[in-house]
Amino acid sequence: MTSGHYGSALGVGMVKCDLCDAEATVHETQIVNGQVMVRRLCERHAAENGLTGVAATHVSSPSATVVLSMNKPGSALRCETCGLSYAAFRQHGLLGCPSCYETFEDKLSPLIERAHQGGTHHIGKTPRRMLAAAQDGDVQAIERVLGGARERAERFALLRKQLEEALASEQYERAAVLRDELRRFDAQGQGPTTGPAQDDPPLDEPR
Amino acid sequence: MTGRRQQQSGGSDMPRPGANRGDTQTSAGRASDVVVSSRVRLARNLAGFRFPNRAPASERTAVVVRLKPVVLGARLSPQMEWVDLTSTTAMHRHALVEERLISRQHAMGKAGEPMHGRAVAIGLHERRLSIMINEEDHLRLQVIRRGFDLAGAFEEIDAADDALEQKADYAFSPRFGYLTACPTNVGTGARLSVMLHLPALKITRELEKVKRAADDLGLTVRGSYGEGSDATGDFYQISNQTTIGKSEAVLLREMESEIIPSVIAYERTARERLLKGGRRGMEDQAWRAVGVLLHARLLSTEEATKLLSRIRFGIALGLIPGLKLHLIHQLLVAAQPAHIQMAIGQELTQEQRREARAALLRAKLGEAFAHERPASRLIRPGSPEAAPEPPVGPSNRPPTVDPGDQGPGNANDR
Repeated sequence: MTSGHYGSALGVGMVKCDLCDAEATVHETQIVNGQVMVRRLCERHAAENGLTGVAATHVSSPSATVVLSMNKPGSALRCETCGLSYAAFRQHGLLGCPSCYETFEDKLSPLIERAHQGGTHHIGKTPRRMLAAAQDGDVQAIERVLGGARERAERFALLRKQLEEALASEQYERAAVLRDELRRFDAQGQGPTTGPAQDDPPLDEPR
Repeated sequence: MTGRRQQQSGGSDMPRPGANRGDTQTSAGRASDVVVSSRVRLARNLAGFRFPNRAPASERTAVVVRLKPVVLGARLSPQMEWVDLTSTTAMHRHALVEERLISRQHAMGKAGEPMHGRAVAIGLHERRLSIMINEEDHLRLQVIRRGFDLAGAFEEIDAADDALEQKADYAFSPRFGYLTACPTNVGTGARLSVMLHLPALKITRELEKVKRAADDLGLTVRGSYGEGSDATGDFYQISNQTTIGKSEAVLLREMESEIIPSVIAYERTARERLLKGGRRGMEDQAWRAVGVLLHARLLSTEEATKLLSRIRFGIALGLIPGLKLHLIHQLLVAAQPAHIQMAIGQELTQEQRREARAALLRAKLGEAFAHERPASRLIRPGSPEAAPEPPVGPSNRPPTVDPGDQGPGNANDR
C-alpha cells in the first residue's frame, strides 16, 4: 500500500508532527517494558524514519511491542451511498459504488492519473442510447452524459493536444484517428462551442 | 456437466462484422504462426447498484435478475448458454477458466466457492463471447478471436455492448467514463490483449527487450492466464494498462497497427535466424516432442504444455507437415486438469490425471497423423509401435516462415 495523496482541506482536529509544523499522519506507539511512548510524525518525517507503507503493524518481542497506526486525514471520508470509507478503499483498492467516484473525486484524480499514463478525462465511447436520449432532452440530460461546458472544453482541449502532438511527431495515422474523434465530438455536440470544426488543425496526410 | 444452464435461441445467424473471410472450422486465424488469439474485454456496471464487492447477496441477486433477460434477449450470438456459477461444481468452473471464458477470480471466491449471484453467459458460436455477471464489475464482456484480430474482436464486443445498453442503464460519468469497481479499469473499461507464442525470442533471450518496450508504451506482458500466471510453453499475453485519456480507436490502432505487428516481426526474425543457424536441430526438437506425446504414459500439465509448445513451434516453422495449429490450441486446453476430468467424467487423483492426459494426447495426436497420412502404417494410439518417421516429400502446408537453407547442413546440436 502506498502512502497516497491527502487533501489538506480536511484539517479537522489536526495534530502537528513532532518534528515540524506539518500535519502528523503516522502515529507510532511503542510499549517498551510496559512504558508507553507515542510519536506523531508527518508523512515526510515518517518516511525518513522508515515508517511509511504500513497501515498497522505489530512487532512483538519479549521486551517491546511496537504498534504503528496511521491516522490519515481524509480517511474518515465516507461515501453516503454505499458507506465505503476512503481508508477502506485504500486498503482493498476497490470502490463500493458509482457514487464513490464523486465522493472521492479529489483523492482519486491523482491516483487515476498516475495509473493511466497521465489520463485525467475519459475520451472515447459514450453509452449510445443514453446519448441519443439526452440529445432529445434538456440541457441537464445532455450534461449528465457529456458533462458541463467546462468539462467538455477540457476534454476537447486534451484531444486537440493529442492531435497536435501526433502531427508534430509525424504520426499521421494516429492523427487521422484523433481527427475523426474530434469530428465525432462535434457531431455529438461535445465540443466546447457549437462550431469548433473550423479550429481543426490542418491535416496534410502524405499517403 | 452439472449446474443450471439454459440455452436460448437468438434467431438466425448473426452478421459477423470483421470476420475473417477465410475462416474455417480449423483455421487458426491471421498471423497464427505467432499469435494464438486476440481478446477484447469491456467492464461495465449498472447505475443504481453497489459494485459486487460491496453489495450484499440480495443486491447481487437483484443484478442477476435485472441482467439475465437483458443478456439472453440481446441476440448476441445465435445461441447463448447461461451458467449459474453458484450451483456448478468446482470442476466445471475450472474448465471454464481453462477455456478462458471466466477468470480465476470469478471461479473461486472466498473459501474456494464463488460468491452468491455469480454467473456467466457464453455465446456458443465458436464459444468466443462470454459475459461474466458479478465478477469484479457487474458486467465483464469479452470476445476471443483466433489469431491476430483485435479489430474484429473489438467490433464484435462493441456491438454486444450497444445491444446490452439498449436495455441496461450503465454507470457512466462524463469525466471518468464507464465507472468500474477498480479505478485501474475506469474510462473505456476496455482491455485489449493478444496471446503470443514467442519461443524464438525466449531462446535468443530477447524477451526482456519486448517487456521493457511494452512497459514504456503502457502495456503489460504476462503469462498466458493473466495476472500472476507463468509463461509455461512461452505463451505471453500483451495488453494495455491505460483505460482513461485515450479513446478505444486510438488504443486499437496503436496495438493493432504498431505494437503487436512489431513484436510479431521481431519473433519471426528471431525464428529465421534460428533456422539458419541449425535447421536440423530445430526439426529434431519438434519431432522429439511429437515422439514423446505419441508414446508417453504419464504426463503433467506442465510437461504437456511444453511439448505442445515445441510442436507448435515446429508447425509454425514448417517443420511438421500434417499437423494444424488449431489442433495444438485445442489440445493445450484439453490437456488442462479440469478438462481431463470432464472428459473422463469424474474427479481424478493427480496420478490418474497424468495417465489420462497421456492417453488423451496419444490418441488425439495419433488420430491427426493417421488422418493426415492415411497410407502411413504407423501410429496406433496407445500401441507400442515405433515412432513415426518424419514424412518425406513436400508438405501440403506452405511453411509460415521462409525455411532458409534447405539442405540438411551441419546442424548445431542442442
